[in-house]
Amino acid sequence: MRFLINLLFVVGSYTAHAAVSINGSGSTFAEPVYTRWFSDYQKVHNSAQFNYQGVGSGAGIKQLLEGTVDFAGTDDPMKAEDAAKAKEAVLHVPIAIGAVVVSYNAPIEGALKLNGETIAKIFNGTITKWNSPEIAKTNPKLKLPDLAIVVATRSDGSGTTAVFSEYLSKVSPDWVGKNGKTVKWFTGSLGAKGNAGVAGLIKQNPGTIGYVELVYAKENNLPFALVENKKGEYIEASNKSASTAAEGTKNEAVKNNFKISITDSTQKGAYPITSFTWMLVFAKMPKEKGTEIVNFAKWAMGDEAQKTASSINYSPVPKEIRTEALKAISKITLQ
Amino acid sequence: MKVVLKSILNSYNESDVRFSDIAFVIFLRLSSLAVISIFISLIYYLWSGSLPILNRFGWHFFFEQEWDPNADHYGALPFIYGTVLTSAIALVLATPISISAALFLTELAPRKIAKPFGFLIEMLAAIPSVVYGLWGIFFLAPFVRDHIQPFFSKYFGFLPFFKGPPFGIGIFTAGLILSVMIIPTITSVCREVFLSIPTSLKEGVLALGTTRWEMIKTAILEAGFSGILAAIALGLGRAMGETMAVTMLIGNRPDITFSIFSPGSTMASIIANESPEATSTLHLSALSAIGLALFFVSLSVSAISRMITKMTKSKFSK
Repeated sequence: MRFLINLLFVVGSYTAHAAVSINGSGSTFAEPVYTRWFSDYQKVHNSAQFNYQGVGSGAGIKQLLEGTVDFAGTDDPMKAEDAAKAKEAVLHVPIAIGAVVVSYNAPIEGALKLNGETIAKIFNGTITKWNSPEIAKTNPKLKLPDLAIVVATRSDGSGTTAVFSEYLSKVSPDWVGKNGKTVKWFTGSLGAKGNAGVAGLIKQNPGTIGYVELVYAKENNLPFALVENKKGEYIEASNKSASTAAEGTKNEAVKNNFKISITDSTQKGAYPITSFTWMLVFAKMPKEKGTEIVNFAKWAMGDEAQKTASSINYSPVPKEIRTEALKAISKITLQ
Repeated sequence: MKVVLKSILNSYNESDVRFSDIAFVIFLRLSSLAVISIFISLIYYLWSGSLPILNRFGWHFFFEQEWDPNADHYGALPFIYGTVLTSAIALVLATPISISAALFLTELAPRKIAKPFGFLIEMLAAIPSVVYGLWGIFFLAPFVRDHIQPFFSKYFGFLPFFKGPPFGIGIFTAGLILSVMIIPTITSVCREVFLSIPTSLKEGVLALGTTRWEMIKTAILEAGFSGILAAIALGLGRAMGETMAVTMLIGNRPDITFSIFSPGSTMASIIANESPEATSTLHLSALSAIGLALFFVSLSVSAISRMITKMTKSKFSK
């Protein structure tokens, strides 16, 4: 009994301490970075309790619009159709950059180099063999096996698919208008749920090629291809090359309220399959919760938070864009 | 008030009615009401959710082959096809094994073996489906790819049902895992059915000079036929609704292909895959409509199996 009373005390003091509770949901891709940031942030600022649930970008946006959560995380900017449903304007805060890599399981020694056109043809089923002339052309030094290509994709609706297919639509006319979170892939390709599912298919079946998040590929030591960018360089995906893709986009970002695509970047040294992941907040918020959210968002735009993010393989947002984002955050109305 | 409560409690003596009795009765009524209202709200939710798609495409929605969320074009046929095909494969594989296992456990096995065996089979039913899925990915799928598929394409490759490159992942593997998952269900129901057949019937048949096989054929299989059907229907219900293991093994492609080795998709797997990221109204509505269809099909399968079981029971109690 005494134990129970003590427990009640502990729980009571805990909830009394964290007066405001801020809830967010959305992108599963961004979940690890939010979780890490919350634990870091709350060590210093304990006036609010932050929670985040990785339920998927689409579900997060839906919950934000319904008012179930206070902010949402998304890898795909909100559509005009959804924005029209919102009771207030929604601000897109670019909190980090993610890269999607083309990972494979084939007996190839050395770094495989692929250009956009070849990737587009592999993923629409036109190129079916590892030693096809298109792949051989960009890899003259490699010994390519006479092996059938098995294409593995995400079967669940996903921001990863959205970024990857948006890139394909930029580099190949075949893909225009076919991009999105769910894509109608060609007959004979395989689908699996989540990054883990796709990685499982790749590991299990020799000859398989698929796309996963850079974070996931790095943590699981999956081999991935170097991809040709707009400047004609073959770039390995990394935090640095992904961040580079967002450089020089300041004016465009400000003009479009940060809802910009950074795939197929024209920057030198940029990895071409990249995207922002955004924190969505209302431009007008009630004072108590709003202050906490604004303070957190400002902190997330700081150097320290961005450094933490890159330590867990999220690419940092370039400084010039963060400066603009901070200006936009300061304009949030608290009432 | 008191009169009403008295009639509820079927008690005519006023001093018999105590407050605790009344409270208990009210509590029980509310609980049963909660169960019914959950059922009704489920139907209502699915129905109202699927209205937009049914208004747009009508009943054609269930016969349309194209599923392309980007073009906002939805048809449920590939998923109905996938569900029917995987369940059919599962039933074809699981039914003979389950009936034989149940026969062995009730008629042939010595009691020392029958008990632990029966227990093991029932334990299979308690394994979470995601565990089956993992086992499927790491063991079953490579096995199908390296051994079963090459065999079929070598000897039966000319048939359209066995065409296609060996992925190891696809409709056949999903059906195979489903058959493993429904074996315990069918076996344990069959066992109950066989045990409920009176010993006097079996002894009577044996007394007529039949062999053991003839006794099993007439006194058990024929007499318990409707019970076996009920067991199969229960297995079918489980196979159709199974989501996780199937999603992990079927390859998730909304295509209709004749080859059982090619990737497919089922009604349950498409809902699990696409509902978290479905933002457009029509997309969500299409998923609701598939859910509604799955709900009614499962409901009618379990209703039929219940009806059959009831008929069997009344036959022997006479």
